[in-house]
Amino acid sequence: MATKLAATDKPRKSKLYKKESRAAMLFILSPLVGYLIFVLYPFFFSIYASFTNWNGLGTMNFVGLSNYTKLLTDDYFMKSLFNTFFMMLGIPIGLLLSLLLAMGLNRKIPGTTAFRVIYYIPVVSSLAAISVLWQWAYNGDYGLVNQFLDLIGIDGPNWLQNKDTVKPALIIMTVWKGLGYSMLLYLAALQSVPKMYYESADLDGANKFKKFIHITWPMVKPVTFFLVITNIINGAQMFTEINIMTPTGGPEFSSATVVFYIWRKAFDNLQMGYASAMSVVLGAIIFIVTLIQFKLNDRSSFEID
Amino acid sequence: MTEAKKNKLFNILIFTILCIGAVVMIAPLLWMLSTSVKEKSDVFALPPVWIPEVFDFSKYKEIWEAGPLLSGIKNSLIISLSVTIVGSFTSSLAAFAFAKLRLKNKNMIFLLLLSAMMIPYPSLMIPQFSMFASIGWVDTLLPLIIPPIFGNIVMVFFLRQYLINVPNAVIEAAKIDGTSFFGIFIRIIVPLIKPAIAAQFILWFMAVWNDYLAPIIYLNSPDKLTIQLVIANFNATYAIQTDYPLIMAASIIALLPMLVIFLVFQKQIIESIAISGVKG
Repeated sequence: MATKLAATDKPRKSKLYKKESRAAMLFILSPLVGYLIFVLYPFFFSIYASFTNWNGLGTMNFVGLSNYTKLLTDDYFMKSLFNTFFMMLGIPIGLLLSLLLAMGLNRKIPGTTAFRVIYYIPVVSSLAAISVLWQWAYNGDYGLVNQFLDLIGIDGPNWLQNKDTVKPALIIMTVWKGLGYSMLLYLAALQSVPKMYYESADLDGANKFKKFIHITWPMVKPVTFFLVITNIINGAQMFTEINIMTPTGGPEFSSATVVFYIWRKAFDNLQMGYASAMSVVLGAIIFIVTLIQFKLNDRSSFEID
Repeated sequence: MTEAKKNKLFNILIFTILCIGAVVMIAPLLWMLSTSVKEKSDVFALPPVWIPEVFDFSKYKEIWEAGPLLSGIKNSLIISLSVTIVGSFTSSLAAFAFAKLRLKNKNMIFLLLLSAMMIPYPSLMIPQFSMFASIGWVDTLLPLIIPPIFGNIVMVFFLRQYLINVPNAVIEAAKIDGTSFFGIFIRIIVPLIKPAIAAQFILWFMAVWNDYLAPIIYLNSPDKLTIQLVIANFNATYAIQTDYPLIMAASIIALLPMLVIFLVFQKQIIESIAISGVKG
């Protein structure tokens, strides 16, 4: 049966199929070539360069693992790695706030569209302009933040010049900028929860808190998961804010992130081999996080035919 | 108190909280605007001046002379438009092939391309830089234009998802009629997925316009900088002279185009993010 099918199938298929395959190959050629030249090749080159003392110009001498062992004792790298992770503390804060806001918006409240637009404006605003703005807002004497704190009787610090306040300052700004995005995704998720679930919970006499724990939270869990992962991926690559607001990496390097340090080592100090090793470490961290996303989150899975 | 009354009161409370939140979201931007039209004495006034008595728009004239702002806008436009126009074409063509055409190993190739999403730009930027340096493209706009015009895998991904839901019958009929595959793409596929392409196009345009890391690596000469680099330089230069109105005016110019695009297309943008964000 199988051979019979194949025999009748083949000649009919081959003419059109060949033409179709040729067209398909042609259509995907551009992204494929782009991928090979601008992703795959640089990717392997990065790994190779991380084992050399390359300075971007001269020859690349193989130095084994020494770049990686140097990383472990490089205080600046460790500090920038710590700072990068520390600033991710803003992720749970931002998600909690945006979920609460989305739940508020999900009630029948006037002006939902206006609220959505206003909360979303910082998201579409250029990060460079936002960084310039917040650097001015954090000015110790005349900045918006301290002038506001003054109104309620608090004498605010010189946020960006103080090693204890520079990271919280950046966290607040990041939360502010990203709030609209997570709120929007949460709102979309909340709106897709069937009303029926809450109605039957009401019949069972469940209170508000119980309804949140047993209905709302499980229903928005995929969105939470998605947001946590994408926020970690983006957070791991934080650069613009640091470059503009604290061009030297902050007091005692207390706001420098990994990408900031890579950028400085590679393009200021021309230690490209060493910087490549850092970029490989960063890539590995992000790769692992992304892998977790693809493995655990069913919602982000997609069908291959 | 009745249940309905309690509910109403609660809604008023929520509304108030959302309003306070909205003020917090918008206040820094309004303050930016207010600073840009203040006279210098008002900028450093204590207690603060929220709304200046005289609106001084002179800074909006001055900024064009104070730095390469106009060429910054021009460069950003050149980059963003060429990337998104050419890139949207290559991406949608590829999405069509991945979703609807028969090709051996096409899913394997697709997964290979998807793996690019897992590699962050900072891990590729050093070799990319040395590649472009070796052909003398540093300090030109080309390294910012060429790689993305080959196609954006995120866009390919979404358009492919979108196309998979389109019934095959539409395409089969055209195939039997003997229409070429490119003809099918132009005449049937593009009109079908136009809204999806448009949404992705806008989001991508914004991303390229707002990009900072890639431009700062490649561009040095003042007349080559993108608008984002120009305002960062304004910030570095004029903060020393404490000319904050000038800095804020320039930053508003950098913000404005995306803000206008967002306000005009807010419905489409918000819808597209609410859908695609979850799936991505």
